[in-house]
Amino acid sequence: MTTLTGAEILIECWKKEGVEVIFGYPGAATIDIHHHLATSALRFVLCRHEQAAVHAAEGYARSTGRPGVVLVTSGPGATNTVTGLAGANMDSVPVIVFSGQVTRMLIGNDAFQEVDIVGVTRAVTKHNYLVFSTAELAQTIKEAFYVATSGRPGSVLVDLPKDVLAGKAEFSYPKKVFLKAYQPHLTPHPKQVSKAAGLLKKAQKPLIYAGGGVIASGADEELLNLAELLDIPVTTSLMGLGAFPGTHRLFLGMLGMHGLYRANMAVQNADLILAVGSRFDDRVTGLLTHFAKEAVIIHIDVDTTSIHKILDVDVPLVADARQALAAVLESLGRAPDYPRGSRELWHKTIRDWDLSCPLTYTREEGLLKPQFVIESLYRHTGGKAVIVTDVGQHQMWSAQFYLYSQPRQFITSGGLGVMGFGLPAALGVLVAKPGSQVINITGDGSILMNIQELATAAQEKLPVKVAILNNGALGMVRQWQDLFYDRRYADTLLNPAPDFVQLAASFGIKGYQAAGEKEAGEIIETALAEPGPVIMDFKVSPGENVFPMVPAGRAIDEMILRPLELP
Amino acid sequence: MELNSENSQRHTLAVLVDNRPGVLARVSTLISGRGFNIDSLSVAETMDPDVSLITLITTGTPRIISQIVKQLRKLINVIKVTDLAEVDHVERQLVMVRVKAVEANRAEIMRLAKIFRAQIIDVNSRTYTLEITGGQDKIRAALALLDEFGIEEQVSTGLTAISRSPLITKKSQSQG
Repeated sequence: MTTLTGAEILIECWKKEGVEVIFGYPGAATIDIHHHLATSALRFVLCRHEQAAVHAAEGYARSTGRPGVVLVTSGPGATNTVTGLAGANMDSVPVIVFSGQVTRMLIGNDAFQEVDIVGVTRAVTKHNYLVFSTAELAQTIKEAFYVATSGRPGSVLVDLPKDVLAGKAEFSYPKKVFLKAYQPHLTPHPKQVSKAAGLLKKAQKPLIYAGGGVIASGADEELLNLAELLDIPVTTSLMGLGAFPGTHRLFLGMLGMHGLYRANMAVQNADLILAVGSRFDDRVTGLLTHFAKEAVIIHIDVDTTSIHKILDVDVPLVADARQALAAVLESLGRAPDYPRGSRELWHKTIRDWDLSCPLTYTREEGLLKPQFVIESLYRHTGGKAVIVTDVGQHQMWSAQFYLYSQPRQFITSGGLGVMGFGLPAALGVLVAKPGSQVINITGDGSILMNIQELATAAQEKLPVKVAILNNGALGMVRQWQDLFYDRRYADTLLNPAPDFVQLAASFGIKGYQAAGEKEAGEIIETALAEPGPVIMDFKVSPGENVFPMVPAGRAIDEMILRPLELP
Repeated sequence: MELNSENSQRHTLAVLVDNRPGVLARVSTLISGRGFNIDSLSVAETMDPDVSLITLITTGTPRIISQIVKQLRKLINVIKVTDLAEVDHVERQLVMVRVKAVEANRAEIMRLAKIFRAQIIDVNSRTYTLEITGGQDKIRAALALLDEFGIEEQVSTGLTAISRSPLITKKSQSQG
C-alpha cells in the first residue's frame, strides 16, 4: 500500500472509476487538487460559472450514461452548484459534485468561504457526504459513485475539507461497496410480469407511455420490440423523447401539456396504459381526476416511491426498465395472440384524430416562424443532430417539431426546468462526443442565463451551434399572459436585446442573424459548415405561441389547439 | 394529493437508521420539507451501536403516510421503517412536571402520584416535581388533574414505542 495525500487519493479514485473529464472552477479550498490534476492524464474543463459546470457534467452524463464529475471550491463555489444538483436529481442524471470545504477546525465558525453545503444540498441530492478524515476518503468516493449511478440515478455531493485533502493516508481503492440500507430493486417480480403480459395480450386499445427511465436503463430496443410485437402505439414524456424512433409508424409524439392531440386523445381513450420509466408528472397528466379514466395502468419504475405517488396503478412493477420489459417480452413469447381486429380500429381512430388536428403552424408572408426554424434545423441536419435545449417555448417546439431517432439525442432540463441549462449542457455533450453535431436550441431569455460559457466553448474549442429563437420576450410566460392574464405583459418583455452577433464576436465566435425564411436556411447551412462554435440569431415572429396547450388544472384532452382569435 | 382530510390519522413510525451525524436531520427535513409536521420525536442507540432508532409521530392520510414511509426508505442511511399503526405495540412517554404544592394540597398530590404510579423526584417548600411515564392518554389525564393545583412548568420526552413481536433485531440487515 502507498501513502498519498487526500488530493492524490481523490485523483486516484477518479481514475479507478474511469473518470476522464472533470468540469469545474478552482478556488482556495481545492487548489491542492488542481495542483495534482494538472500533471495527471485527466482533463479539466474550466467552465465560467459553477452552475454551468454542473450542467456541463449533466450533458456529459446524459449523452454517455456515465457519471458526470464536477470540482468546485467551498462557499460560493459550492452554493452555485445547487440548481445543477437539483436539476440532475429530478431528471435522474448521475452527477457527482466534489466541493472544497474549509479545514475541519474552522467548520461551524463562519470562516471565509464557508458554508454548510451538506445541509444546503440535503434536499436536492440523492445523497451527500462530508468527509471527515483522509482515511475514509476512498471508501466515501466509492460509495458516492455507486449511489449516483445505481437504482434511480441522481446527484451526489462530496464535501472535502482542505486539511482532509492535505492529510495523508494509505490508499487502497475498495473493490465493492455494500450499503445495508440501500439496495436497489432491479429484477421484476415474476407474478407481476405475467400479470402485465396477460393484460397486454387482452387489451383492445393499449398505449405505451415511456419516460426518461427507458433511456437511462438502455431499454429502447426492448421497448421497440414490445411495441412492434403487439402493435402498440407509443407516446413519450419530454424526458422520454428519443426512447422510441420519432419517425416510427407507432409513434404518436409527446403527451401532456404541450403534447400532440393524437397522443393526449389516445391516453384518454386507451383501455390499457403501460407506463415505463416515467412518473406521471403534473405536466403529463393534467387534471389528475380526469386522467386516463378508461385505462388499466401498468407502471414499471425502479423507484418505489414513484409508484402510487400520483395515481393508483393496477399493476406496479418495481424494477429496472430494461429487465422488466425483457421479462414481459419473454412472458409474451414469440407470437402472442392479441385482438388484431380491434387494434386496426384503434390505429384508425388515432389516425383520424391526427387528421382532424395535426401538429401544425401557419406560415405567414414576411415572418420567420420559430417552428419553421426547428423544421429547417431538422432538414439541414438530416435529423441526426443532438439537440440540447433550454426551457420555454423553444423547448416545446424542439420537442414537437424535431423527430428524434436515438436515445440521448434530445437533452433538456425536464423536471426542474432550468433556464440556462442548454449551452453548458451542449458543451458537456461535445466533450463526451467530439465530432458530433450538437445544437443548442434556446431563447433570448435562456441564453443569457449562462452566456459566459461562450468563453468555455472558445477556450476548449467546442463547436457548439447555438440557435436562438429570438422573440424579444420570455415567451412561455408571455403565452400564459396572452391566454389567461388579459395580455398584460408584466415583466416578460426583453428590450432591448443584446446584439447577439456582436456578443459572439466579443468571445471570438462567429455570429449570424436571420429574419426571414430564406436567410434562416442560409445561416443554418453556413453555421453547420463552420468548424468552430457559432451563434445563430433568428428574429422570429414575436407573437407565436405553443399549441396544443392544456391549461393548468384541465384534463389533457381539453386542449387549446390554435391561437385564439384575439379582439 | 389531499392535504387535510377526515382520513387523517396519527401514525407512530419506527425508523432504524445508521448511527451517524446528520441522519436525524435527513429524516426530519424529509418530512418537514414536504409540509408535514412531526408531532413527537425521540432518538436513541439500539443494542447495535452502529444503529439508532428514531421514533416519530406524524399525522396524515394513509396515502401521505405511505409516501412518507417510502420516501424514508429511499434515504441511503435508513435501514428499516415500520408503521407501528400496522402492528400491535406499546407506547410510552416520560413527563416531568413541577406543580404548586401548598400545605393543604400535598396529601392529595401524593395520592394522585400513587394512583398514576408517578414518582415525586424533587420537593421544596412551594412545589413538588413529579415524573410520570405512560401512554399519552394516561399522561393527559394525570396532567389535567395536577393542573387543578397549578402546574408551574412541564417538560416531556418524545413518545417511544416497542412492538409486541420481534421487529427490531440485533442485526437488522434487511430493508423492510
